[in-house]
Amino acid sequence: MQSVYLDHAATTPVREEVFAAMVPYLTEKFGNPSSLHALGREARRDIEEARGRIARELNASPQEILFTSGGTEADNIAIFGAVAGSKKPGKHLVTSAIEHHGVLHPFQALESRGYRLTVLPVDKYGLVDPGELEKVLSPETILVSIMQANNEVGTIQPIQELATLTRAAGALFHTDAVQSLGILPIDLQELPVDLLSASGHKLYGPKGIGFLYRRKGTKLGPTAFGGAQENSLRPGTENVAGIIGLARAVELAVAEQAETSKRLIYLRDKLIAGLTALPQVTLNGHPRLRLPGNVNVSVSRVEGESLILRLDLKGIAVSSGSACTSGALDPSHVLLAMGLNHQAAHGSLRLTLGRSTTEADIDYVLQVAPGIIEGLRQMSPIVD
Amino acid sequence: MYSEKVMDHFQNPRNVGVLPDADGVGEVGNMRCGDIMRLYIKIGKDETIEDIKFQTFGCGAAIATSSMITEIVKGMSLAEAEKVSNRQVAEELDGLPPVKMHCSNLAADALKAAIANYRENRGASS
Ligand SMILES: Cc1ncc(COP(=O)(O)O)c(C=O)c1O
Ligand code: FES
Repeated sequence: MQSVYLDHAATTPVREEVFAAMVPYLTEKFGNPSSLHALGREARRDIEEARGRIARELNASPQEILFTSGGTEADNIAIFGAVAGSKKPGKHLVTSAIEHHGVLHPFQALESRGYRLTVLPVDKYGLVDPGELEKVLSPETILVSIMQANNEVGTIQPIQELATLTRAAGALFHTDAVQSLGILPIDLQELPVDLLSASGHKLYGPKGIGFLYRRKGTKLGPTAFGGAQENSLRPGTENVAGIIGLARAVELAVAEQAETSKRLIYLRDKLIAGLTALPQVTLNGHPRLRLPGNVNVSVSRVEGESLILRLDLKGIAVSSGSACTSGALDPSHVLLAMGLNHQAAHGSLRLTLGRSTTEADIDYVLQVAPGIIEGLRQMSPIVD
Repeated sequence: MYSEKVMDHFQNPRNVGVLPDADGVGEVGNMRCGDIMRLYIKIGKDETIEDIKFQTFGCGAAIATSSMITEIVKGMSLAEAEKVSNRQVAEELDGLPPVKMHCSNLAADALKAAIANYRENRGASS
């Protein structure tokens, strides 16, 4: 059976080159970067070199890169750290309704501790309106966090504009770039963000490693306590092999960004056209302001988990925002925020393309999907 | 996460469809996730379930339990069929993941609703 992986927004395989770069650090170069002996010094030197390489790719400086255990931890350190480091008397925080739980849940935790939280709405494409942000910014505002691109529907936010407005209001701006780093061009001399989160496993690096970019001068308070690693903002022995792998993954992703993007956009648009040509299959998200590898559709009268399972039986790996696929049995908060009704969220299907995706994969999906959808619809008690 | 039996019933659901001359129809919605099941029963002599069909909008577990319950109760008397519990359906499927136990309620409840509807219809016509 053909095997087609279309869940690159969930995770990606570690690239050969990345794996090869990591292996020595799991075996002979196993030193603790805090040790004073030669093995330790070698590990220290190599992770600092990796930090420099990542910084160079993003037009940042090495001290601005802080290694974390992944996207979620970077989000948490950014949000709780900004609050802990704030000297303002104000207690106002701003985010959007379509953030990843790695951002949304820290803000909700702060709200329950007495901070005032504004959750900006999005339009039907999942876009935040800068005008809405401007209305809520005040001298009380400590931090605004809006993701660069959404993990479910791929919508790309006007971060430049949102960050500029935030800076003018004297607040910090954080963006979760877990889905966009290495996929969209990022130049941190151009983009006026103070904090940016990234994760290794979305860009063909290992799981459990990521980083937080912190612009020089951005004050963060400590949120976890222990050793002095990563400026005491992320205490604990560094994941040396992970850091080495991450740096290689970032370099490769940035080097291939333009070419990969062009190829994926072609495949993405072919898949979108093919799926939305089927009866009552509609696109979720923005037709243009969209990640190159993201396809998200709603299939009426069909539930997402059964779609995933039927596609899986044909060797196709995808995901859904259906209530039935979430542990909490709630449909995707992203799709609901975009104004989809419960049923449309229920029948949502996300297919995310990546390096391994070929045109033959897309053709295969377009060949088997209609029969699967028809079969499930015949089983459905819902009529239009 | 699903047992082989669940996957078998999910892949090849038994008794899918509509009975145009059904004697009872039961429809229930799952309050937890918003899924829907409709069950049709045709009652033969001695109040046995002569035929049964279902339509389900729901997850793999919902479809498999729907299919399984139709197999279990086909040919049963109404009195027996009424006693079939969601737990029993899940057991026949070699178990369901804990987060999916609620899906099996859909099948047992739809059956009870279909039987109640049959009794109502009969009451009205006699
Ligand atoms: C937008 C976004 N933020 C954060 C995360 C979490 O990253 P990690 O899995 O590295 O904690 C993910 C991926 O799951 C994501 O898509
Ligand atoms: S029917 Fe929704 S989780 Fe099973």
